[in-house]
Amino acid sequence: MKQSASLPRTILAPVLLGVLAVALWQLAVVALEIKPFVLPSPVSIATEFSSSVSSVWTSSLVTGANALIGLLIGAIVGIVAAIIATVLPITDELSAPLVAAASVIPIVALAPVLYTMFGADKETARQLVAALAVFIPVYLNTLRGLRQARPVHRDLMRAYGASSWQATRAVTLPGAVPFLFIGLRIASSLAVISALIGEYFGGPIGGLGKSITSAAASSNYSLAYAYVLGAIILGLVFYVVTLGLEKIVSPHRAPSTGP
Amino acid sequence: MSTEPTESGQPVAQGQPVASARPPAVSVAGVSKVFASRKGTDVTALEAVDLTIAPGEFVSLIGPSGCGKSTLLRLIADLDTPTSGSIEVFGKTAREARIDQAYGIAFQQAGLLPWRTVRANIELPLELHKVGKAARAARSSELLALVGLSDFADKYPDQLSGGMQQRVAIARSLAESPGLLLMDEPFGALDEMTRERMQTELVRICAETGAAVVFVTHSIPEAVFLSNRVVVMSPRPGRIRDIIAVDLGRAEGRDEGLREADSFFEAVVSVRESLHGEAAGAPAARGVDIR
Repeated sequence: MKQSASLPRTILAPVLLGVLAVALWQLAVVALEIKPFVLPSPVSIATEFSSSVSSVWTSSLVTGANALIGLLIGAIVGIVAAIIATVLPITDELSAPLVAAASVIPIVALAPVLYTMFGADKETARQLVAALAVFIPVYLNTLRGLRQARPVHRDLMRAYGASSWQATRAVTLPGAVPFLFIGLRIASSLAVISALIGEYFGGPIGGLGKSITSAAASSNYSLAYAYVLGAIILGLVFYVVTLGLEKIVSPHRAPSTGP
Repeated sequence: MSTEPTESGQPVAQGQPVASARPPAVSVAGVSKVFASRKGTDVTALEAVDLTIAPGEFVSLIGPSGCGKSTLLRLIADLDTPTSGSIEVFGKTAREARIDQAYGIAFQQAGLLPWRTVRANIELPLELHKVGKAARAARSSELLALVGLSDFADKYPDQLSGGMQQRVAIARSLAESPGLLLMDEPFGALDEMTRERMQTELVRICAETGAAVVFVTHSIPEAVFLSNRVVVMSPRPGRIRDIIAVDLGRAEGRDEGLREADSFFEAVVSVRESLHGEAAGAPAARGVDIR
């Protein structure tokens, strides 16, 4: 792997760009006298964020918990379903159209229906929306990973007289891990997005989505943006934790980075 | 088998299979293999092949693409089953031999598991056959030294060059001290320099382990340099056209100087003529690497 760019350059360059963009934004808001309901200035958002950091934190916890529960349920169901589909190809053939359909439907569209099913005072609907959104990428990527066994590895396992369970454990399962993590990385952001958007369609207050809508409804645009900032950070945390987990579990197969 | 050179510098195992109390390493009798294609036209990959390989003997299978040399190797390894005829490995059926781990195998692709260290890759067959941890470690250390990779035991395959990966694959094929090594173009993907170095190393390793080898290759010099006998095959249907004994001496006699010796060139020429058949340059010889 070639990584010619030095560490300061790889970190400094994007940071510099970010700072520059924020400065330009501030300058534009001040110089062009843009009204806060159109676009609040970064300084006012930052001020609002720091003054209401505790409520952003508690809202993030609510949305984050929903996203995490959805991520866990969706991932577990996705992995199990992929294993079943590999062992019994018939189940894969039966479910293929359903999975294809599910992958094109915007899952959050189901939220209003789920609120009626599980009650508007429960978080269940949001967790289910997140779980459904997570299921698709985890299932599809794991399934692909489980089918990746290279012919040379299959030949080797046969030459060693390995039982099918031994072959599964030595070759198939570890071979699927990088694919599983590709699915999980996509799913981790999807879980946060789905849990948050799900709040727009009803259910109890307290989460980031509800807080954004209620702040905007009361014309407190800087506060709305402060919650959006919280949502961005939450999404990043989910993504980075998944990436870190991947690095720990399979350090020698991480895509895009060298050993 | 002894690794010491005999008085005359001649090898212990000679070109021709010698009569011995031990059963031959490989005995192929009247073997044919027909692949049924979907269109209903069957493809005869091998027809009436007979071949006997003595313990400790190094035999190369050479021929143009589609002559069935890889198929023959896969049949010996019991990765495929012959349509007719019988194959015995050390007196056992190919299937029994596979289950008893009578052979080690290496392919053109090293086929290492990327999530395992070099050492863990070499130990894989031992692990599958429930060899204890201490015994595994001892054996893998031995093999790492044999292929000159002791310093790389804890590296991962993606940290090694192609030649090093192939050396790991060879070490892995030797893990259970098999009496027979099956190699399907193991150096096919390597550059010429690495390839020659690996050949020299393989000759040394075979002398040290005393294993019989069936070696599939496209390259005439490679076949001649390595082998006691070169089996020349012709395609459609795959048949043995000729078996040429190469008397170059084994192990210590085979160093870089041999590649420039007259006896080496003579053997190359005779294999070449046999490959091209009566009509030199006939289409049958296409795909053969005559570097």
